[in-house]
Amino acid sequence: MEYLIIIVSAVFINNIVLSQFLGICPFLGVSNKVGTAMGMAAAVCFVIVLSTLVTYLLQYYVLVPFGIEFMQTITFILVIAALVQIVEIVLKKISPALYQALGIFLPLITTNCCVLGLAIMVVTKEFTFGGTAPHMLNLAESLVFSLSSAVGFGLALVLFAGIREQLELVGVPKAFKGVPIALITAGILAMAFMGFSGLVK
Amino acid sequence: MRKIDIVIKGIVKENPTFMLVLGMCPTLGTTTSAINGMSMGLATTFVLILSNLAISLIAGLIPNKVRIPAYVVVIATFVTVLELLMKAYVPSMYATLGLFIPLIVVNCIVLGRAEAFANKNTPVDSALDGLGIGLGFTCSLTVIGLVREALGNLSVFGWKFAEGDGILAFVLAPGAFIVLGYLMAIFRKMTGKKA
Repeated sequence: MEYLIIIVSAVFINNIVLSQFLGICPFLGVSNKVGTAMGMAAAVCFVIVLSTLVTYLLQYYVLVPFGIEFMQTITFILVIAALVQIVEIVLKKISPALYQALGIFLPLITTNCCVLGLAIMVVTKEFTFGGTAPHMLNLAESLVFSLSSAVGFGLALVLFAGIREQLELVGVPKAFKGVPIALITAGILAMAFMGFSGLVK
Repeated sequence: MRKIDIVIKGIVKENPTFMLVLGMCPTLGTTTSAINGMSMGLATTFVLILSNLAISLIAGLIPNKVRIPAYVVVIATFVTVLELLMKAYVPSMYATLGLFIPLIVVNCIVLGRAEAFANKNTPVDSALDGLGIGLGFTCSLTVIGLVREALGNLSVFGWKFAEGDGILAFVLAPGAFIVLGYLMAIFRKMTGKKA
């Protein structure tokens, strides 16, 4: 039950893009077509879960025992950058088809702030889900939380891409063309997502 | 290029928020009030100046192939310095901005300036470029924060100019997107830039 609450709250209520403002760059940048958006979402899901796993273990088995938590930011970003490289190399060898599909998105993910943001969030923030006392997440909860946040990212990205495909076809005032109208659309989408906020206490 | 021009172009012609559309996450996430937006802008400026300076000093030493990871480490170092300073001297502001301080590492503005300017210009010019871009970023964040605070909370820099509650949506997530969208359109109209 607790995991279900984590999933619902991370995907809909505290959607990482529309209410936490992480990963806005790919959200505005690669969301012109539904197909591209799906590729990006899949690649991000994959990297986020993997990086959360590695950074979680690093935090509790390396940084904390040695008392060097202040190195967190540097360590995490290097781990994520290395991980993205490894994933790229491994995918190229094992599954060229998947690499073809995700290939161009992988290097972009290093600087996607939702990867680093989630990695830091799960080890520094106390969470409370469905009335439980605020607590630090354990490993299983962290993984479920990061996976569902990534799914939330994908959901927002794909929904938004669908809307933008339609938006291409309508006449928009000159000054609003491109990013401004996209931002206003995102605002309305965020408003729709606010409707979920009563779902879980 | 005159020194002053390097600073000024960052504020208007290459304004990171309205012109280059970079660093959107902190722009949307921290501008719930003018003072929060300004603090985030100044924090980013601090990192920008120092990282631009350091990178232009060591640019000749770094092999071309590993330059991006090297830049990231330099930036992450200054972000850590900033984090420790803020925790020590302005803990309440650190708590408010929260996650967005470590996330300066992945702010595309900082890495973008390192790659586009600092690695081929002199240290002084690079530091000035960091200052200009940083000030441009600070200005836009303050303006966005000002508008959101005025509409959502009926106050300016914490000073309430009218009684009542304002429109809550502008302090919450949707308001961030909508205000930024309109401001960007106005800015484009004024500077005559075509999208």
